[in-house]
Amino acid sequence: MEDLNNIYNELIMEHSMNSYNKKKLGKADLCDIGHNPNCGDEITLEVKMNGNVIEDMAFSGHGCAISQASTSIMIDTLKGKTIEEAKEIIKTFISMIKREDVKEEDLEKLEDAIAFKNVANMPARVKCALLAWHTLEDMLPSEK
Amino acid sequence: MNIDEIKNDFPLLKNRNIAYLDSGATTQKPKQVIDAIKDFYENFNANPHRGAYSLSMEATEKYEDTRSKIAKFINTRHSHEIIFTKNASEALNLIAYSYGMENAKNEDKIVLSIMEHHSNLVPWQKVSKVTGAKLEYMYINKDFEISDEEIESKITDNTKIVAITHVSNVLGTINDVKKIIKYAHKKGAVVVLDASQSIPHMKIDVQDLDCDFLVFSGHKMLAPLGIGVLYGKKEILNKMTPFLMGGDMIEYVYEQETTFAPLPNKFEAGTQNVEGVIGLGSAIDYIEKIGYDKIQEIENEVVFYAIEELKKLDFIDLYLTPNLNNHSSVISFNIKGVHPHDVASILDSEGVCVRSRKPLCTATFKIYGNRFNM
Repeated sequence: MEDLNNIYNELIMEHSMNSYNKKKLGKADLCDIGHNPNCGDEITLEVKMNGNVIEDMAFSGHGCAISQASTSIMIDTLKGKTIEEAKEIIKTFISMIKREDVKEEDLEKLEDAIAFKNVANMPARVKCALLAWHTLEDMLPSEK
Repeated sequence: MNIDEIKNDFPLLKNRNIAYLDSGATTQKPKQVIDAIKDFYENFNANPHRGAYSLSMEATEKYEDTRSKIAKFINTRHSHEIIFTKNASEALNLIAYSYGMENAKNEDKIVLSIMEHHSNLVPWQKVSKVTGAKLEYMYINKDFEISDEEIESKITDNTKIVAITHVSNVLGTINDVKKIIKYAHKKGAVVVLDASQSIPHMKIDVQDLDCDFLVFSGHKMLAPLGIGVLYGKKEILNKMTPFLMGGDMIEYVYEQETTFAPLPNKFEAGTQNVEGVIGLGSAIDYIEKIGYDKIQEIENEVVFYAIEELKKLDFIDLYLTPNLNNHSSVISFNIKGVHPHDVASILDSEGVCVRSRKPLCTATFKIYGNRFNM
């Protein structure tokens, strides 16, 4: 119950109920759909790039509170980052959820996304928390 | 036997302090089933049909005795009409590939109901794509049932195959399959019946139903995971080509050609899941010991109680037929404004196991569930 109370906290509920990141970008450079066939969650991520920098991002679609909030908070965390920085942070987030060793200084870079730390103790929800992050990881171009 | 005695037979329910309401996905196993598997490995393990030594003969005997037990359990005319598979999905794939692919033609129709489990839907999509036969669905009315008009408008003269579930795993609706089978036969179609959600709760008699094929999974009826059953009418099975090729399903093997073994071996390639078969036999003994009447009495008591209690909560939407005589031990519900996966997590934190699948949460009941679980 403690893990659950930690997860359904104010920050996550706010982001899952009416996220300001849930909208359509006028013009996107990258767009892809992330899908979790187990529960039917589906999100569409849109990314607007400015050179090497993620200038703006938005999402649409439907899913549970954890997947929706995780998507929205990811957008807050990664907006303004370079592709390389974003990839590092995504890697850190995935490691945190998968209970791998992560350095304290790397965890700090997750900003609000650290709120999902306890999902690591809830195997049934790991996929929900990771959906957007995996989707974005696949969307971002690899280094030239 | 009362419910507390029954609950005592299930080690997991003694070891874990939970309300297990996901028996539609898989049931817990009684101690006697677990013991039967242990006994097989400790006293009888050998490859059936292989050795000329007594241990292998005894293993063969146990394996084949269980086939006969299942044949009697669902009242087939011949025990070799029972084919062991991995689960209902594999049995349905066997039918789709060995019967569907070879008999459905471009101008034919395959008719399903909209309440099919993916296992009785996706294989038929494949048959449709390969053969060109058209896939059509019988839809449900506002009571979550298939009406006579719907049956008669969809099953027509060019319908080759009707594949339908006996009980819906989501809605709990018990379909009037006897009527559907009779009508389909009148139109010259072959009927595939998915009994996965019905056989754990009610007596199945394949001769009375007159279905051409019937499938079910062992693990949903107290047996181990990984064992399923395909029943088919002998005349049809005999005409079908094998699904999987390999050892033990052959008669003579030459370099370029093979002739196949007769039923049932023709459809059982390779070493089979013998422990699963033994476990399934023991699960049938357990069900017969309690009896379907008693099983239904216990399950209905708790399901009707649950429905009454859930109806009192105005934040819950229920999805079930108002005709409770046509309803099995499944309750699908939604908590208004909350995603099913979140509901399932919160219930889990209180020790309640339900299924979440968009757009619903589903609670399914078995004999070991009591009012307290609700």
